[in-house]
Amino acid sequence: MKLLRLLASLALTALGLLAVTFLIGRVVPTDPALAVAGDRATREQLIEVRRQLGLDRSLYVQFGRYVAGIARGDLGESLLTGNSVTTDIARVFPATLELATVGIVFGAGLGIPLGVWAAVRRGRWPDQLSRVLGLVGYSAPIFWLGLTALLLFYAKLGWVGGPGRINVGFLYSVEPRTGLMLVDTLLAGDAEAFMSAVSHIVLPGALLGYFSLAYISRMARSFMLKELSSEYVVAARAKGLPERRIVWGHALRNAAVPLLTVVALSYAGLLEGSVLTETVFAWPGLGQYITHALQSADMNAVLGGTLVVGAIFIGINMLSDVLYRLLDPRTK
Amino acid sequence: MTPASRHQAAIARVKKGWQAFARNRLALTGLMLIALLAATALLAPWLATFDPTQGDLQTTRLLAPSGTHWLGTDDQGRDILSRLIWGSRITLLIVVLVAVLAAPLGLLVGTAAGFFGGWVDALLMRLTDIFLAFPRLILALALAAALGPGIENAVLAIALTAWPPYARLARAETLALRQADYIAAVKLAGASSSRILLRHIMPLALPSLIVRVTLDMAGIILTAAGLGFLGLGAQPPSPEWGAMIAGGRAFVLDQWWVAAGPGAAIFVVSLAFNLLGDGLRDVLDPKGSE
Repeated sequence: MKLLRLLASLALTALGLLAVTFLIGRVVPTDPALAVAGDRATREQLIEVRRQLGLDRSLYVQFGRYVAGIARGDLGESLLTGNSVTTDIARVFPATLELATVGIVFGAGLGIPLGVWAAVRRGRWPDQLSRVLGLVGYSAPIFWLGLTALLLFYAKLGWVGGPGRINVGFLYSVEPRTGLMLVDTLLAGDAEAFMSAVSHIVLPGALLGYFSLAYISRMARSFMLKELSSEYVVAARAKGLPERRIVWGHALRNAAVPLLTVVALSYAGLLEGSVLTETVFAWPGLGQYITHALQSADMNAVLGGTLVVGAIFIGINMLSDVLYRLLDPRTK
Repeated sequence: MTPASRHQAAIARVKKGWQAFARNRLALTGLMLIALLAATALLAPWLATFDPTQGDLQTTRLLAPSGTHWLGTDDQGRDILSRLIWGSRITLLIVVLVAVLAAPLGLLVGTAAGFFGGWVDALLMRLTDIFLAFPRLILALALAAALGPGIENAVLAIALTAWPPYARLARAETLALRQADYIAAVKLAGASSSRILLRHIMPLALPSLIVRVTLDMAGIILTAAGLGFLGLGAQPPSPEWGAMIAGGRAFVLDQWWVAAGPGAAIFVVSLAFNLLGDGLRDVLDPKGSE
């Protein structure tokens, strides 16, 4: 029953998502028929194109066709690349996935320990550090930090690779199998190419991860504070357990389930945050695809990309909801 | 001391609130920075020493920071500090417009959903959930792209993505208030639904909403700057800070100051709103802080 309700709400949200992208597509001030037929088309030609595109039908029929098309995996054609948007997105998506994954490993890997530490040393310097990191993360424009980081670590210090996913020399020597550069170079057994890929992903990955770190560490802190003030912690202390085991073994274990939700949501957020990061680092992923499409008013590509990110967002939301229910015995 | 009148009680409450707020140094700093921003925006014509949109391409192109041009000049030979000063008007305008559009919308939707319940609630909250499920930046991008570039459309796009959390919050507040005895009393006295909503529920839902909006301001500024950076917000030669960073991008390796000034300005203003929001939350909505 619960599953049914969940599915129904999922379907409804997905339909809402489609309705929003559909409506956004309709408010575009340029006439899509004019874009297809060209501005030298006669009146009759325009009417004919409109009929072919189904623009003469009612809004409901158009929406039905739109949904049916998307159900078949048809997102329309990109004006910019001439490919179908679905093909384009399948091509660029692995790059974004790779970047967001490195980001979340960084964000959760550092954010959770930092948050726990801040809770244990409440009001002392680890707590202040986590607060400052959080404030900076919430206040700094990611594209500006990206530019500054490129200037410092790439141009001045030369510690990391520059824009792009890998040195151009390796670009065509690595066979794309998974589309994930780190995995592909490893599969090819090319250590040099792998190191190049690592040096390129470190900076954008860390930067993107920093923004999730800010959020994850604040949430980890607040969950841990709640756990550390509960009675079982007092009991554990009373029976003489070492503090380290109380914090990491008992309290963190109880905070782990809500934390998992936070990490999942940040992961979805990183997919979105990648739009600006990818633009700065010339990272050929979904974000850059969307921004390029935006700049040339390629609406099919923009809406296709929006739809994909939105669908992933909703999917991860639902998944974390389900996981929460499955993993936390208190919700049963 | 017991207040002698409603008026006196109100004054006492404001004073107490201010004292609690003023104890928080960081929040006070945030408030002062925002006041500074407002003053800069107001006095821009007198503070800016150079023309923000016209530069001298022959003599003042890409000059490093100096005594004449404190923050240097950009590729069009324009003084960056003067552009930042004029740009403060745009930032302030965006923030105010988004707040004025999104907050009342969220408040209206949320209180109506909470107060009427039933199918009104179900319908409005479904709608809210759909918008909440969307990634905000991407939705704003798609909207801005569809509406066409420009500052008005950027504001509209951001406002349309900003209201759902406010609706959620207002609904939660309304649900808590709906069963209160004083509402029952007003109802018995014959007040209409709209009167109850406007006079007795909305004012009480307002403090937590204000906190939330203030905390969101930084996000709004960052989104607007992001839109500007991508070329979807204010158009050149407008001195919008995000667009200025985009303009400085090509020179970042050699003329770092072109992007550094506007980036720092966005950072300081967002930080100020975050500090103020944190402080306000502690005063107005003690439940929200840990």
